[in-house]
Amino acid sequence: MKFSILVSEGPYTHQSSDTAYQFAKAVLAKGHEIFRIFFYHDGVNNATRLTTPPQDDRNIINRWSKLAEENNLDLVVCVAAAQRRGIVDDGEMKRNGKDATNLAPGFRISGLGQLIEAGIQSDRLVVFGD
Amino acid sequence: MLHIINKSPYDRPALDSVLATGEGAILLIEDGVYAAVKGGAEENKIKGAMGKFKFYALTVDLEARGIADRVMDGITAVDYAGFVDLVADNKTCQSWL
Repeated sequence: MKFSILVSEGPYTHQSSDTAYQFAKAVLAKGHEIFRIFFYHDGVNNATRLTTPPQDDRNIINRWSKLAEENNLDLVVCVAAAQRRGIVDDGEMKRNGKDATNLAPGFRISGLGQLIEAGIQSDRLVVFGD
Repeated sequence: MLHIINKSPYDRPALDSVLATGEGAILLIEDGVYAAVKGGAEENKIKGAMGKFKFYALTVDLEARGIADRVMDGITAVDYAGFVDLVADNKTCQSWL
């Protein structure tokens, strides 16, 4: 079965980023496919590579990047939500005249259409948020 | 339909909203698992709805809150694999945020 996941809560906020990650792992372990994971609203903060939690704490961002790399996942960050919160890739840096980028590996910035497409293409869309 | 509730019933009225929808399956996760406590304020409401709804709670979230051994009868504890199965087995799912 084809799953997509929507994350709309930031990391280290309540629990949704952790639940979404554990759910994604369980989906893959069950042999299902993940079409896309979409990060919206404060969920885009899951995609900054500058996050530095204490050494004995989980690194939520690196965990997503690793999961994406190992399973060839499509992690998409909403562009409008990203701009508001300072999540920047090369294209956005140039377009908006910024002097740095911070998008973590495995993520890409795109539009809300990617969420709609995920909803259409997937058998299930599961929402994790606040 | 699978209803996913992630907030405590003492914080948000999601459980009441779900019960008003009529029937289906309810999965309690995160702070939503507090609704599952035996002898809690939600017990009568949940027991009364068991004919129309099937109730589940995420084991790791029960354990994290120290209430895994205090779940009322009739609520099934599931792990993440069970969570995935519930989503797959129900045609639609709604997270009550």
